[in-house]
Parts: sequence; C-alpha cells; structure tokens
Amino acid sequence: MAGPHFRVAPSALAFEGRLVFSEAAGLWQELSKQVEPLQAGQALDFDLSRVESVDGGIMALLVHLRAELRQRHVRCEIVGAQPSVQEIVRLYRGDEEPAAPHPGRPAPGGLEQVGAATVHFLESTRNVLGFLGDMILSMVGLLKEPRTANWREVPRIMERAGADAVPIVVLINFLVGFVMAFQGAVQLKQFGANIFVADLVGLSIARELGPLMTAIIVCGRSGAAFAAELGSMKVSEEIDALRTLGFGPMSYLVLPRTLALMLVLPALTLLADLVAILGGLVVGLVSLDLTVVAYLNETRRALSAWDVFSGVLKSVVFAIAIALIACQQGFAASGGAEGVGRRTTQAVVSILFALILLDAAFTMFFHRFGL
Amino acid sequence: MNDTLITVQGLTMGWGETVLQRDASFTVERGDIFAILGGSGCGKSTMLRYLIGLEQPLAGAVDIAGQGAPNLEVGYPPFGVMFQSGALLGSMTVGENVALPLQQWTSLPPDAIEAIVLAKLKLVGLQDAEDKFPAELSGGMKKRAAIARAMALGPELIFLDEPSAGLDPVSSAGLDALILSLNKAFGLTVVVVTHELPSIFAIVRRCVMLDRKSKSIIARGDPRKLRDESGDARVHEFFNPRKET
Repeated sequence: MAGPHFRVAPSALAFEGRLVFSEAAGLWQELSKQVEPLQAGQALDFDLSRVESVDGGIMALLVHLRAELRQRHVRCEIVGAQPSVQEIVRLYRGDEEPAAPHPGRPAPGGLEQVGAATVHFLESTRNVLGFLGDMILSMVGLLKEPRTANWREVPRIMERAGADAVPIVVLINFLVGFVMAFQGAVQLKQFGANIFVADLVGLSIARELGPLMTAIIVCGRSGAAFAAELGSMKVSEEIDALRTLGFGPMSYLVLPRTLALMLVLPALTLLADLVAILGGLVVGLVSLDLTVVAYLNETRRALSAWDVFSGVLKSVVFAIAIALIACQQGFAASGGAEGVGRRTTQAVVSILFALILLDAAFTMFFHRFGL
Repeated sequence: MNDTLITVQGLTMGWGETVLQRDASFTVERGDIFAILGGSGCGKSTMLRYLIGLEQPLAGAVDIAGQGAPNLEVGYPPFGVMFQSGALLGSMTVGENVALPLQQWTSLPPDAIEAIVLAKLKLVGLQDAEDKFPAELSGGMKKRAAIARAMALGPELIFLDEPSAGLDPVSSAGLDALILSLNKAFGLTVVVVTHELPSIFAIVRRCVMLDRKSKSIIARGDPRKLRDESGDARVHEFFNPRKET
C-alpha cells in the first residue's frame, strides 16, 4: 500500500494526487493519529489544492473527521479544492456546518422489555379474540350468502392437513403409546399389576395425549403452512386484491381452513388413540406376557365412551384454535419475506401455548363437573 | 477520458430451446449514462442479469473493464447493482445494509464504516433512515437506499433496474437528479433499464432498444435523436406513444 497522501503543514494537512478507496484504511489510520492530539482552540485544515481526484468514501471520512474536530472546538475546513473535487465536497456536504451527532436508537432497559412483552401478549390475545369475533360475524353472513365461501378449497385442505399427516401421526402416537406402556410396565410389574398397563395407556391417550399430540403435529404442519401461505398472500397484496374482487378474506380464506381442520383433527385423533393403544399392546405382549385378548378386554373395560368422546371434543376446539391463530398471524404479516417468517414462528409458538392452556382448562372443567 | 467500459459481443439470451434475444452487440463508454430500452417482456431486465453475471449466455460474451465476464463467485464485483424492488435485506436496518459490503470487503474500523455509511445515506437523501428497516421505507426511499448500498465501495459502474418504476413523478425526478449528480461528480458510468420516457430523456445519453418479436436490437444511439429521426415504426411508437382519447 502506498504511504499517506498528505504532508503535514502548519495548521493543515495538504493532500495530493489521487485519493482512491483501496487506500482508505491506511489513510484513516494516519489521519486518526494526526488529529488525536489536537485540542480546543487549535486549527487544522484539509488542503485539497493538489488533489487530482477523490473517491466518495475518502471524502466521507474527511467530512466525518472535520465534524468530529469541530465538535472538539478545533477549527477545521476543507480548503483549496479544484472545481471537480469541490463538487464532491459539496455533494458530501463538506462545505456545510456539520449536523449534530447522530443519536442512534437507545437500547431498551430490562423493565421496558418486560413491559413491551406483556403489552405484546395482551395485544396478541385481543387480536385473536377480535379475529374470532370477525369469523363468527362472517359465518352469520354466510348464512345469507353461502356462495361467497370458498367451499371448493375444503377438500384440498383436508387432504393436505389430514391425509398427508397420517404417516407422522401414526408413527408418533404409536411411539408415545409404546414408551408410556414401557415406563408404566417397570413400575406395575413390582406390584404384579401388569394388566393395568392397558388402563394407563388407554385412559391417558384417549383423554389427554392423543388429542394433544395430534394437535401439536397438525400445528407444526398445517398451522405453520397456513400462516406462511396467508402471510405471503398478505405481503404480495393478494388479499387486498381479493377484497377488491368482492371476496371477504374471512369467508374465502379463513373459514375453509377452519372447517377443514375441524373435520380432520377429530379423525386424526381417533386414529392416534388406536395406534397408541397398539403401541401399548406390543409392550404388553413382549414385556409383560399379556395376551391380546386380555389387553384389549382390559382397555375396553377401562375406557368409557365419554373418555374417547372428550378427547374428540377437545380436538375440535384445538382445530379452531390452530386455524384461527395461524390465519390471524398470517394476516398480520408485513414487510416481505422476513415478516412472513417472523409471523410463522409466532403462529407456531402461540398455537402451542394456546393448546396447552386449553388442555389445562378442559382438564379442570371435566374434573370440576366429574366428567 | 472516453474509453470502453462494457463490451457486449453477440450475446444470445435464453434457456433451453427458448431464445429471448439473439446476437446482441453494443458497447458502453466510461462516464456514460446508457439505457437498455424496450417494451414489456422484451428482455431488458434479463439482459441486465446477463451483464452482471447472474445468467450465463447461450452464446456471445460480456466484458467489463477488460476483465471478461463478471464472476460473482469471486470477491466483490467491480460494479454496484440496484434491483427493481431495491432488494434490501429485510432483517437489517438501512445502515446495516449499506455497511454490509464495507464490513465484508474492507479493513476499515467500525467508526470509519459508520462515517461512510452516514455519508452515503446523506448523499442519497436518507440521512434520517439509518436505523429504519426496509419495511418502514417508501418505494422511492428503498431505491435510494439500494443505490447507497450499491455505491458503498465506490464503484465506477452502477446498474439500475427500473429505477423510476412505481414512483410518483416528483420522486422519479428526484432519483433522476441523483443519478445525474453521481454521474457528474464521480464520472460514474450508469447502465439503466427503463421504459419511463421522462427519465430516459432526462438522463440517458445513449441507448439500445430491444424488440420482443424480432428478438434483436432494433435501434441504438441518442434517445432524443431516435425519437425525432427514427424511421422505424416500432421505435417511433415507443418514443411517441399514441394517447387514447
């Protein structure tokens, strides 16, 4: 790299030649050394009279140094520039009074962050409830104008959210039943109560884990897909276009998704119950020396119709929560790909939180009324 | 100094059996403001992608500053590019977008980079937008920020894809004035893809016009002369569009 392109003259740095950007780092280092010892009341001009050409980046650095020196009450001007160079001085405002230093965006304090997060949570809850209200109004409107809903979409969404999810639902719930039976067997064996593994697996799967695990899988697959799909439509103004064509986004986009999930999630939940019980049966046969008939008879004895139905009922409510939150987050997307990604993440997190909360509420409600 | 910066020789653009433009040849001189013109779908923006090395030609060659075709895989290219939408990275502030090439390709310390970023943003009239995210900017501001990012490393050549598209006349004229001042102050060579007539007559000195049907260049030269003197009906219609009553 060439040496510094300036001479140190009394009260001035005299630059010369062609000041190119590739030498900016070295020049900056040398200039910083020169200006550091200067104190208030002193003067240092940048003399550009022998400069043939100057890169914009170098000029930016000179203008910045000038502003910094003047802030320290060191008199500093950019002087002597030839017309072609003076044009660049003017463009970079090196001939104007420097503006006040840039304040920057202050970092929020811890308390402020907690407050902001709380407000954000409350706003999100309000938005979802508002969205639910809009959907109910839209359903009422549909009674008058059933044609405005996009019913043709329902089978396609059911296939995507339901049929396509069967393999993963089967696999995960089979393993859940298997693991639960295995863990239970270790304990129950000690009391000679092997047969009660069937009760443990059947009840906990039908009442709690079947609907919950299935809803979590559907949240990860379809909830994220709904949020991303609607978010992309929102940022590319497709939803606005639908509005201008007279289609309400609620009836055209949200209701078909909600209805499809309300139909497929209970079906997936029943399938999940079945395969989880099968998972438990495998453990009963292999580890506990139970027979197929004994295991299934015990399961039938332990499970009432209500146990299964309560899980299905939960799954319907879970389906509404998944569809509503995913669509609401998708509609709230803004700011391009980044915004869609953020809303998709937010949708999944919010749905998971809502599912656990709803499950807890159901459990307390059923317990309170002895159901 | 008036020497050749870009040479396009026999460029054929397309994919598979589809040819978009055939055997295009032209040169761009240093310090020029050069336009690639034509109606919608003629391949203007696609040609820009070939010039900057995002696409490989079916035939022919592009040479920039005697270095051959740009290779985007190796280091920072010797030019800046402003895409039609601005293409600012949405997860970063405007200042961070402009600082990105400086951080990657120079050894400047953070305070020097900050100074350059601020100056570049001032240059394009966005001094108050450093901490804003692209989503918070208007269309015109995004384009200005994209120009600041393209100018970050002080290139001698800049490519602009539809700089005026989607802007109101005042913003569009402001952008034209900015392009002219950058060209005048730094001798910046500008290659612009556009079909906005006011912009063309305000800033462009030389142009080529592409035609979709013939898949070739149908006119070249000073757009004002082409407007007034061209005997080609397609060129005449482009520069003198009929106003429906």
